[in-house]
Amino acid sequence: MRLRLQVWRQPGPTAKGRFQEIDATDISPDSSFLEMLDLVNERMESKGEEPIAFDHDCREGICGACSLVINGVPHGPDRGTTTCQLHMRRFRDGETIVIEPWRARAFPVVRDLVVDRSAFDRIIRAGGYISVSTGSAPEANLIPVGKEAADAAFDDATCIGCGACVAACKNASAMLFVAAKITHLGLLPQGQPERDSRVLRMIARADEEGFGSCSNQGECEAVCPKEIRMTSIARANHDLRESAWRELPQEGRNSRESA
Amino acid sequence: MKLDAKTPTGPIETRWDRHRFEMKLVNPANKRKHSILVVGTGLAGASAAASLAELGYNVKAFCFQDSPRRAHSIAAQGGINAAKNYRNDGDSIYRLFYDTVKGGDYRARESNVYRLAQISVDIIDQCVAQGVPFAREYGGLLDNRSFGGAQVSRTFYARGQTGQQLLLGAYQALSRQIELGRVEMHPRTEMLDLVVIDGVARGIVTRRLDTGKIESFAADAVVLATGGYSNIYYLSTNAKGCNITAIWRAYRRGAGLANPCFTQIHPTCIPVAGEYQSKLTLMSESLRNDGRIWVPKKPGDTRPASQIPDEERDYYLERRYPAFGNLVPRDVASRAAKERCDAGYGVGPTKLGVYLDFRDSIQRLGQPAIADRYGNLFQMYGKITGENPYEAPMRIFPAPHYTMGGLWVDYNLMSTIPGLHVIGEANFSDHGANRLGASALMQGLADGYFVLPYTIGHFLASTPLPKVDVSHPEFKRIEAEVDARIGRLLSTKGTRPVDSFHRELGRLMWDNVGMSRTEVGLKQTLARAPELRAEFWRTVAVTGEAESFNQSLERAGRVADFLEFAELIARDALERRESCGGHFREESQTEEGEARRDDEQYMHATVWEWQGAEKPPIQHRESLGFEYVKPSQRSYK
Repeated sequence: MRLRLQVWRQPGPTAKGRFQEIDATDISPDSSFLEMLDLVNERMESKGEEPIAFDHDCREGICGACSLVINGVPHGPDRGTTTCQLHMRRFRDGETIVIEPWRARAFPVVRDLVVDRSAFDRIIRAGGYISVSTGSAPEANLIPVGKEAADAAFDDATCIGCGACVAACKNASAMLFVAAKITHLGLLPQGQPERDSRVLRMIARADEEGFGSCSNQGECEAVCPKEIRMTSIARANHDLRESAWRELPQEGRNSRESA
Repeated sequence: MKLDAKTPTGPIETRWDRHRFEMKLVNPANKRKHSILVVGTGLAGASAAASLAELGYNVKAFCFQDSPRRAHSIAAQGGINAAKNYRNDGDSIYRLFYDTVKGGDYRARESNVYRLAQISVDIIDQCVAQGVPFAREYGGLLDNRSFGGAQVSRTFYARGQTGQQLLLGAYQALSRQIELGRVEMHPRTEMLDLVVIDGVARGIVTRRLDTGKIESFAADAVVLATGGYSNIYYLSTNAKGCNITAIWRAYRRGAGLANPCFTQIHPTCIPVAGEYQSKLTLMSESLRNDGRIWVPKKPGDTRPASQIPDEERDYYLERRYPAFGNLVPRDVASRAAKERCDAGYGVGPTKLGVYLDFRDSIQRLGQPAIADRYGNLFQMYGKITGENPYEAPMRIFPAPHYTMGGLWVDYNLMSTIPGLHVIGEANFSDHGANRLGASALMQGLADGYFVLPYTIGHFLASTPLPKVDVSHPEFKRIEAEVDARIGRLLSTKGTRPVDSFHRELGRLMWDNVGMSRTEVGLKQTLARAPELRAEFWRTVAVTGEAESFNQSLERAGRVADFLEFAELIARDALERRESCGGHFREESQTEEGEARRDDEQYMHATVWEWQGAEKPPIQHRESLGFEYVKPSQRSYK
């Protein structure tokens, strides 16, 4: 195959970026999208040109490192697929492919197609866990969890933290990412004691990091490689409302924070 | 180099308990005064960093990925073993211990393995409390499956994503400690060297991958949790970033490296399709529970699988190993596939493949039941190959997957350099010559949650540690060495890309130091590797600058270390003139073509000591004794 690539090149976080046109020839239709970029890069390196920087690691759709906007769509045209699992047989010979980084204020560009997603880590740090120190756990089968609840929790726990939801959202909202963790832990009995503080702290942190608000349009769901659904956002919003109400200072009762 | 394994004596059931009692404790008020560096944030590293911080130590953690959540443990599929005996099928700590020692072909330390089996039950408790969504039964209790040749169902799993869920549990525990200010996290930071002062590991030199800045970190102890080295084969199931640099640099600073030739070739991977290929994808071996492996009885048979009737199919594992059938251990299944393909019975365009067929299970259980068990794996196979495995059998072939060898550690998980601890796949300790399925996750988490937090305390409490900071001349000296090496890589300005060297090295290793090894082949690798290394330093094309985000430079440094390591792995394989576990020497086989182990000569771990670039390394031996599991020739017939 022969493809005409329009690739975003940006030497550093503060440098000005531009599209570079690259002629990619002799591409196997069975190669993955990233293997196509590997080949382009090898050819550039042997000519002494700097290769295209892009994040990748496991190349089997689970680490969440790869992160390309392909023809305007995060992770490209296939549903439920990360960039590394996208194969060139999906494209036409001679096609022009535009490749850009995730674009969001909270994800500044590091170089070319690589962005800084540490804001996601900071959201998890705000409360995306169950506070249980090593050694203090009870016998595992003392905590029964219904199969339906466990399966539903798994569906949200499967989030790979890639950030496609943010890249697809016109508001650059992180709500699907945040909601997936809130739902995963909120559906399990182990997650109940911290359910209120978790949702309040994680959503507040997402705001601080510069992610936008959710306006329920669902681009996130459409591009999520793990097909996490918007109903999780509804659940997180429900938890937010309930917990915000419980956290309100009421007459004769101090709020948790001021106590 | 003195190898003192510090293995406790007495009845095996009480060794770890007694050892724990005998170890010194660090006064709670003093813990925060001790600093510990943890390199790598996979299952072992993340669980260790979180647990050490919970105890009150001052921890700094490092990973080369942009987030600790992306370490390659995340890709483990099948499950994690634990001797809970929830199935009432006769499992016990002793049986898990026995199976692991036997599965490792009698090349692991009994005391370590027993401890691992004991701790396995605590790991499940811990992970469930963290909210890991393990598979459940309708009554709400945990489900189990049989896995990788075990005859009891002791494997806990979360669909085909067990590693992901366990890693996210450890990552979340780590995140909580980072938020509390007890762990300082350094993502996109790669360790490039170890700093040893007065014989004790006191720090590391790192490169910030986003800016290129070289930095030093000093501490009272260093923990390497940097994974395995399967990527020496270029094509493996490991993530692209997995590398040997951290443990190789530690080896060059004096840490003994044990049994590097013990590598695991996993039987169920998607076959290689072409030259462009950058990695191989594992299909969890849990698939062997319901899939049957076969090749046509007629060599070179090109009919589609569906048109080959049963009587013309050779279910060779069921034929050769009637007792275990498709569930024989990984090394046995891999070699059997290679044997059939070498004999001309392979399938698929390259003829390097065998069928893994679900036809019978789909008929027996229905497609929904199979989809429920393996849905994501079938989907992944479909995406990569463009074929539908519900209709046609999968094609599989063995691929490098895991490395049992690694830095030598004693019972306390400390290397031959005092203060340098090594956990998870990076050490050599628990799997002997072959790792059983669903045991890697168990070992990584056992080391990180439940072993290291005790043993490192003993080291800190019993070792005088004069204050050292990064202004010490040794840090400056090693920083200068790191700088010089980077400068050398960048100044070569050749025309041959790094990956091209890596591919050639990979082929050299796969052909001669892969599934089947001979003296002639190993000597070829030993002769060719130094030439290839010299070519690399003469003609490699590394672009860009030192002080910037430079992936070309990152890869070059890792491949340069693999090029050095190649010789050691071949040398180790050459020295071990027996077949055992993942190491198959063609000179040492029975008349039926099964592996022949030689306990008289080789019942030991081989530990290598670096002697500088000019001299061959020195070989040391830790002899292994088996008081409980009497060595026998493994038989799965």
